[in-house]
Amino acid sequence: MSFRIPHKAGFAAVLLAATLVATSAFADEPVVNKGDNAWMLTSTVLVLLMTIPGLALFYGGLVRTKNMLSVLTHVFYTVCIVTVIWAIYGYSLAFTGGSTPFIGGLSKAFLAGVTTDSKAATFSVGANISELVYICFQMTFAAITPALIVGAFAERMKFAAVALFIPLWVTFIYFPIAHMVWYWAGPDAIDAAAKAVAAATDEAAKKTAQEALDAALADGGQIFLWGAIDFAGGTVVHINAGIAGLVGAIMVGKRTGYGKDIIAPHSLTLTMVGASLLWVGWFGFNAGSNLEATGGAALAMTNSFVATAAAALSWMFAEWIVKGKPSLLGLCSGAVAGLVAVTPAAGFSGPMGAIVLGLVVGVVCLFFCSVVKHAFGYDDTLDVFGVHCIGGIVGAIGTGILVNPALGGAGIMDYTTGKIADYDFVTQVVAQCKAVATTLVWSGVGSAILYFIVNMLVGLRASPDKEREGLDITDHGERAYNM
Amino acid sequence: MKIVMAVIKPFKLDEVRDALTAIGVHGMTVTEVKGYGRQKGHTEIYRGTEYAVSFLPKLKVEVAVPSNQVDKVIDAITGAAKTGQIGDGKIFVLGLESAVRIRTGETDASAL
Repeated sequence: MSFRIPHKAGFAAVLLAATLVATSAFADEPVVNKGDNAWMLTSTVLVLLMTIPGLALFYGGLVRTKNMLSVLTHVFYTVCIVTVIWAIYGYSLAFTGGSTPFIGGLSKAFLAGVTTDSKAATFSVGANISELVYICFQMTFAAITPALIVGAFAERMKFAAVALFIPLWVTFIYFPIAHMVWYWAGPDAIDAAAKAVAAATDEAAKKTAQEALDAALADGGQIFLWGAIDFAGGTVVHINAGIAGLVGAIMVGKRTGYGKDIIAPHSLTLTMVGASLLWVGWFGFNAGSNLEATGGAALAMTNSFVATAAAALSWMFAEWIVKGKPSLLGLCSGAVAGLVAVTPAAGFSGPMGAIVLGLVVGVVCLFFCSVVKHAFGYDDTLDVFGVHCIGGIVGAIGTGILVNPALGGAGIMDYTTGKIADYDFVTQVVAQCKAVATTLVWSGVGSAILYFIVNMLVGLRASPDKEREGLDITDHGERAYNM
Repeated sequence: MKIVMAVIKPFKLDEVRDALTAIGVHGMTVTEVKGYGRQKGHTEIYRGTEYAVSFLPKLKVEVAVPSNQVDKVIDAITGAAKTGQIGDGKIFVLGLESAVRIRTGETDASAL
């Protein structure tokens, strides 16, 4: 989320507005920009491509033949159930103002009042997009996040448990976190309120206008109000899903034969196809999160190229040095780790900062997937924690550092002044850490409760016999490959 | 009659087939198998997790021949399948009681 503002809404415009009568400041109705709309329609389908088939194949290739369809089904089901829930109440809970800064309200449940003429704010004053495309874009984010989780407990969680857990998780974990990080009044509301303050002629009017501006500035999610920045979802998507995956992997227990049997990936070919589709789709995710087809989107695209490539290389070379061979899976895993880390930084960091971020995250995630996982002995099947949670944390905190204009970052826009705000290292990094900690606790504790409830109701784990036979046949009655 | 059963490196199949055809053996059965002998296995590494893979892919070639051809068949297979490296495989010879060609009903030597 790039807090950029066009020149016409800059400081000069505020001064100009002060010379006009107060009413004229409100005269400019925001309009839907067709170019932005076209870009967001494109970005939305790119994010769907990330999940199906991208993520599904990336994950599917890493499990054994007998569980291929199980993983593909978990991912495809997640997309479908979350899409329906999003339209019924998810969008409203995440993206309307509520009585608390922790969750939205139900005013747009069943997409009430949303028409083809409805508009949604971007990051520029006066430039809007169709609310329906914003709803669909955010819908794809809500869909991919729980789909990431299923990798952690793959090959042993039964389908009934997944079918119940996913809708509960998005309702009680994803929608609140998305609201806390991303919900705000929008640039038009803040700009209009700021102009009204500047235009107020007497003390009483000024006081009223200032109160209105304060209310607009306070109309946001809790983490947003702390000043934490998250361009495309380092906290909301990756830390959120990563910690939920770790908790699930621990609560459902290790796979039968873990550490004894050979549990090797059945098709790294499909994993490479999936990782590549993830990279392509991620341009919709990151550059699309700019909400406008501007230079900000181009910056997010650039960063999503270079950070990803740097992380793939750093993982591969580190593995080559430590384990003796450079692996394709290392390249692919590093690329995904780089995409995760650059997600919160995409529109804030400069390209050189993004390269550094990628080089760091590749090594850190390799360390967590190979050393830390074995030291603690948890069976996070597809390294959802090691790649998404850890990569997300590196990215979230790295964003707080790399946004610094002195390091080539884009800075953070202050809409009340129309200028880039002064950067303070401690303030920003502390805000980022608070966002990370809040997400870890909310999702970690909340997910544990939800797994517990699901275990009570339908049981989490497939029986040992069914697990040995493979979930494709025992859960779904079909095989991935009949050869 | 004997069955000569040879477990060989997969990439040696064509050479073995050519060598057997050259000495007049006109049929064989090939199966993909896994196993290990002195070669032991190898190590595979996925995201830093190492697996010791002890069963290696091999091909099992079975040829049914008259008893007097056994030595020639063994020589042909040995010559074609040998690389000199560990893991070249093994040859086993088993006795064969009878044989029938399904299409014609011919038996024993004329069925081979």
